[in-house]
Amino acid sequence: MGPLGISGEIGEAAATALRLLASADPELLGIVALSLQVSLAATALAALLALPLGALLALARFPGRGALVLLVNAGMGLPPVVVGLLVYLLLSRSGPLGEYGLLFTPTAMVIAQTILVTPIVAALSRQAVTDLLEDYREHLASLGLRPLAAVPVLLVDARFRLATACLAGFGRAAAEVGAILIVGGNIRGHTRTMTTAIALETSKGALAQALALGFVLLLVVLSVNLAAAGLQRVARRLEG
Amino acid sequence: MIGRLAAADGAEPAPLLPLEVEGLVVEAGGARLLDGLAFTLRPQRCTVILGPNGAGKSLLLRVLHGLVPPARGTLRWSEPDPTLRRLAQAFLFQKPVLLRRSVRGDLAVALSARGVPRRQRRARIEEALALVGLDGFAGRAARSLSGGEQQRLALARAWALRPQLLLADEPTASLDPAATRAVEAILRDLRARGVTVVMSTHDLGQARRLADEVLFLHAGRLLECAPADRFFARPVSAEARAFLAGELPG
Repeated sequence: MGPLGISGEIGEAAATALRLLASADPELLGIVALSLQVSLAATALAALLALPLGALLALARFPGRGALVLLVNAGMGLPPVVVGLLVYLLLSRSGPLGEYGLLFTPTAMVIAQTILVTPIVAALSRQAVTDLLEDYREHLASLGLRPLAAVPVLLVDARFRLATACLAGFGRAAAEVGAILIVGGNIRGHTRTMTTAIALETSKGALAQALALGFVLLLVVLSVNLAAAGLQRVARRLEG
Repeated sequence: MIGRLAAADGAEPAPLLPLEVEGLVVEAGGARLLDGLAFTLRPQRCTVILGPNGAGKSLLLRVLHGLVPPARGTLRWSEPDPTLRRLAQAFLFQKPVLLRRSVRGDLAVALSARGVPRRQRRARIEEALALVGLDGFAGRAARSLSGGEQQRLALARAWALRPQLLLADEPTASLDPAATRAVEAILRDLRARGVTVVMSTHDLGQARRLADEVLFLHAGRLLECAPADRFFARPVSAEARAFLAGELPG
């Protein structure tokens, strides 16, 4: 396909994307809603685990801390298909958690994405708290606050970088396809998300449809980031 | 909160000073950074630590505040309890460390860490900001203030903690002359309110304006410990004479 062909495809896809959105196609809206639901839930769960973990890794000194930091940093590069496969093995009928019947449900997708997002948020928040502590260390010591007692102060003061860490995690979740394809199964109306739908349309050769979904996905991610930026502006204004 | 110091509510604190220092040695990486210091710190004065760069001025202040442990020597404080000693001190850094919060929020964290009850904090904050001429700044972001305003805020925070001893490390080193005068006026004010001030400076004019006593450090050794008038009129050591003549790097 020549350059003209590509731009033709892109133009057609953009038009299709707008048409799909304008028509408020219920199937598309369902796919968008499920994608958002799964990725936001996974990001929220990951944040609950990773923010305290990141603070702990920045502040506490214990044997094996260096190895754990290395592990968490390396975890940012976890291949989604591998995570999907491991969660699949855990949740499949013969697996240790098979009795709960979670395979091919949105819950399974949330579990897989939480595993993918947690190391990203933990590693970035550890670095954010470490940098802040460098700046605050003597002042906190002068006030008589030991580092662990200062966790609330540090988490509040690192809030903007922590928010960015969560956004990076959300970006990872919203963009990945390997894990949720394996544990969700891409079942129409049940576990089909934007990325799995894009993979399906591409494999069917419906490239315009796939690209259109791609545009919608980009729009959704952009909207979430815009909303977060707006919230940060409001927060900065409120703090004076 | 774990590690928070409990402040005796309304009780008259025991005196922190005098402090008798004997044979104080601080080492790092095989080098002796403070070498056998001995002096007495008496209350209700302004003691200025003078000396060229690298003499150990900042380090001595940090040792006094408990931020750096000495390798050898004794610091005999009038107050034996280290927790209560910390409560009776405040530290002013050359570059103020301000939190990423509002002016009010920054002061509130300090008061909370020192165990000042919530109901007393607002009044303390307002009074401290008024003392340094920052009334009306409570809602501003602390880090958006100018350099001089930031150091005044750090002074307000120090005063809000009601210290007996204020340790100040080159508090005006990065300020313009007007901001320097403002900080000096506040230091004199705190001194008049009974706060003992120990500060380092490389500004001889400032030392003449503020000092009751001078500690002159050179290469980690205490060469002079004298009333300011005597030190400036008749320095004993050759190093101090050279320093006063501007022949040693400030």
